[in-house]
Amino acid sequence: MTAPATATPGAGPVVRISGLHKSFGDREVLKGIDLEVAQGEVVCIIGASGSGKSTLLRCVNLLEQPTAGTVEVLGVEVTHPDVDIDRVRARVGMVFQQFNLFPHRTVLDNCTLAQRTVLRRRRAEAEAVARKNLAHVGLADRAGSLPSQLSGGQQQRVAIARALSMDPALLLFDEPTSALDPELVGEVLTVMRQLADEGMTMLVVTHEMAFAREVADRVIFLDAGVILEEGPPDRVIGNPREERTRAFLRRVLDPTHVEAVTDADPGAAGAVAGGEAVPGSRPLD
Amino acid sequence: MAATTSADRPAALAGRSRMSPRRRAELSRRAQYAVLLVLVVLAAVTVDWARLGESFFNIDTVRALAPRLPGAALNTVVYTAASFALGLALGLVLALMKLSPVRVWRVLATGYIEFFRGIPALLVVLAFGYAVPAAFQVRFDSVVLQIALALGMVSGAYIAETLRAGMEAVPKGQIEAARSLGMSSTRTLVHVTIPQAFRIVLPPLTNEAVLLVKDTSLVFALGLAVSDFELTKLGRDALSRAGGGLTPIVLIGLVYLLITIPLSSVTRWLERTTGYKGHV
Ligand SMILES: Nc1ncnc2c1ncn2[C@@H]1O[C@H](COP(=O)(O)OP(=O)(O)OP(=O)(O)O)[C@@H](O)[C@H]1O
Ligand SMILES: [Mg+2]
Repeated sequence: MTAPATATPGAGPVVRISGLHKSFGDREVLKGIDLEVAQGEVVCIIGASGSGKSTLLRCVNLLEQPTAGTVEVLGVEVTHPDVDIDRVRARVGMVFQQFNLFPHRTVLDNCTLAQRTVLRRRRAEAEAVARKNLAHVGLADRAGSLPSQLSGGQQQRVAIARALSMDPALLLFDEPTSALDPELVGEVLTVMRQLADEGMTMLVVTHEMAFAREVADRVIFLDAGVILEEGPPDRVIGNPREERTRAFLRRVLDPTHVEAVTDADPGAAGAVAGGEAVPGSRPLD
Repeated sequence: MAATTSADRPAALAGRSRMSPRRRAELSRRAQYAVLLVLVVLAAVTVDWARLGESFFNIDTVRALAPRLPGAALNTVVYTAASFALGLALGLVLALMKLSPVRVWRVLATGYIEFFRGIPALLVVLAFGYAVPAAFQVRFDSVVLQIALALGMVSGAYIAETLRAGMEAVPKGQIEAARSLGMSSTRTLVHVTIPQAFRIVLPPLTNEAVLLVKDTSLVFALGLAVSDFELTKLGRDALSRAGGGLTPIVLIGLVYLLITIPLSSVTRWLERTTGYKGHV
């Protein structure tokens, strides 16, 4: 591949996925996905457990190798066999559900390791960038701590700072708040909202419907390996067309819900989505 | 005595259980004390304590041996350190071979590991002492090198398995995080997998070092200059002069403990200074 990993901003979509299939053995998990993410766009992927959300996200930076179809990131076709995937990954940050901070390194080292080894930045420069991003996520004073000395919410914010320190053109989030205690969810979502406001291009797998509604430019409902419904959050979450989307939303928004009792009522789902404010989030509507 | 009391008690619970578990544990404990008491009394009346003291701690033998102990202890430590360094390097290479996607590397490593774990270490020491110099027309100028090669090759096989297990125990998410930052597989290995694997295997690795301290005793089978004697060789030398007394053995054993017991506490110290245990 001759195309550089760094595409010029504004020239085409940041991500272009077409005809993406992914199987694990006999089991087809993604069954033909077409998706584009534009510069500065925030796309939230929602869907039931096992619907293939993580797999889709991981196909973008090739943590999973697609079975068929093409994935283009920043103008580079990452599914091309000759592509230098490390160059693309250096510009695509990923935030994991389990944080995956390096436990043997300090917070600062977590943020400088890849800068120094991949981008070949000098220590002083790497540390300056790291400190700037740690300040950005509100953890300037924890640079010398080890990950194990931080709360889950703080660890996840360090993970975001680590990704930001590579000056990414795209951030991938895979359920970044699902492993957190409820009272720590808000601080992470606040940081993510801030990034969205600053124009970061983000692809976010989440179960936080209030966040998706507020921050996403577009919501994608993934069902059994296909995109069943997609559109603006108010439409997909507030007024879903597909019965399966409605059923899913009823389940996430009200875990105690009994299927037989409540009728499918698009308005009700929307009302709950608005009412169940995420801790730390601004009021909706 | 105790059994009758339990028989007197009304069977609160129907069935086979005649005695409560707590009561049974109490009885067992008393029985063990009784056996101990009998043994102590027997030992006190039958053993000739004067002769035993003479044999275990003959003051003349201690005087003769003591000046030579520090040198021998130092040799033991040096042989151990050199063997461990070599074993560690070799073990790391073998562990990486075992994790290689290339089958030939895996097969070679497995073959090596199985071979050297399967034969007595003494055999390898003898090989480097006599067979290798004869077969390849080499002379080992340095005894340390000769011993380190022999014991390093053996301990490398054990260390390889330990390290491989450690590397496999590093969570997959760690590798994914490194790769998602654009780090190559080699950089990930060097900066993420191996450092974490070492922390995971610190306790078994210390254990390996303790075993190695004791394995340096195998060089007694080599013809060494007196200045190259390590503890066991020195003890054996002294034994032949001490007229069958056990004093050299006791003394040498104590010096071994002075080396091995602090070594075990090194693990705890390293775990403290590296600042974290396990994973977050
Ligand atoms: N490495 C793998 N090997 C085999 N099957 C896999 C693998 N990874 C995922 N799967 C399967 O693929 C399906 C989709 O998994 P995926 O993790 O993408 O779902 P998800 O939508 O992210 O679910 P969740 O909300 O639980 O995270 C699941 O049935 C899962 O068991
Ligand atoms: Mg998932």
